[in-house]
Amino acid sequence: MSNDVKQQDNGRRDTAVVPPVDVIEDATGITLFADLPGVGKEQLQLRVEAETLTIEGEVGVATPEGLQPSHAEVSVPRYRRVFTLSKELDPDRIAAELNHGVLNLRIPKAEHAQPRKVQIRVG
Amino acid sequence: MIYRSLFPRDMFSELNRLQRVLAQDFEPSPNIRGFGRGGYPALNIGGTQNSVEIYAFAPGLNPAMIEVNIDRGVLTIEGERASDLPDDDKSAVHINERFAGRFRRVVSLPDDVDPTAVEATYRDGVLRLSIRRRESALPRRIEVK
Repeated sequence: MSNDVKQQDNGRRDTAVVPPVDVIEDATGITLFADLPGVGKEQLQLRVEAETLTIEGEVGVATPEGLQPSHAEVSVPRYRRVFTLSKELDPDRIAAELNHGVLNLRIPKAEHAQPRKVQIRVG
Repeated sequence: MIYRSLFPRDMFSELNRLQRVLAQDFEPSPNIRGFGRGGYPALNIGGTQNSVEIYAFAPGLNPAMIEVNIDRGVLTIEGERASDLPDDDKSAVHINERFAGRFRRVVSLPDDVDPTAVEATYRDGVLRLSIRRRESALPRRIEVK
């Protein structure tokens, strides 16, 4: 019985909304914006393992007691999205900012991957 | 024509049609203002004995630029969200999924709410509107003598 409950709990933990993102690349790195409405600084989790970046957040909206939902377009109070980074990016220098439910990540390129003009010799 | 072509020429319109058919199965009589799913901002609506609560999931807005109006029992939330995409040609946009532009969502309110008693707060990108129900409509116990 308790086993069943545990499994159900795990199943619920796995369902999450995939948040919409914008990803922009320029010469020195990548900028990522993600819409995470309802997620505060304490409920946001950013993890980099090997080359995988995981963005995870819990919706922490305060609801009054005895609230009966009548219409719900956001039914899962959790966001999750996973990206694979490429090797020229520097995961140690990721900068993150959370403002009004929008996460702004800046992932710079590693020094050795910065742009360099290649000289072409005509011989 | 009674019969639908077995091999539709436009696959995307066919997929759209399928989505509408499926949506109808789940919601046989949709609201006159449409299904409302997948819009910006997403809305969650509920009620307590004393109030009607509306949560609009509207990240990345300037709170001063959100316009909330109640007119004849109809609540309107509107505003504009600026794009974060650059318009120079030195950067490349790889993914572009977030909403940008003007938005407007309309909700019809129950009759027992008091349009003068609305509380609006914007926190972590969620706009919460709490509209009190009228005193006269609150449940009351009647004493029997």
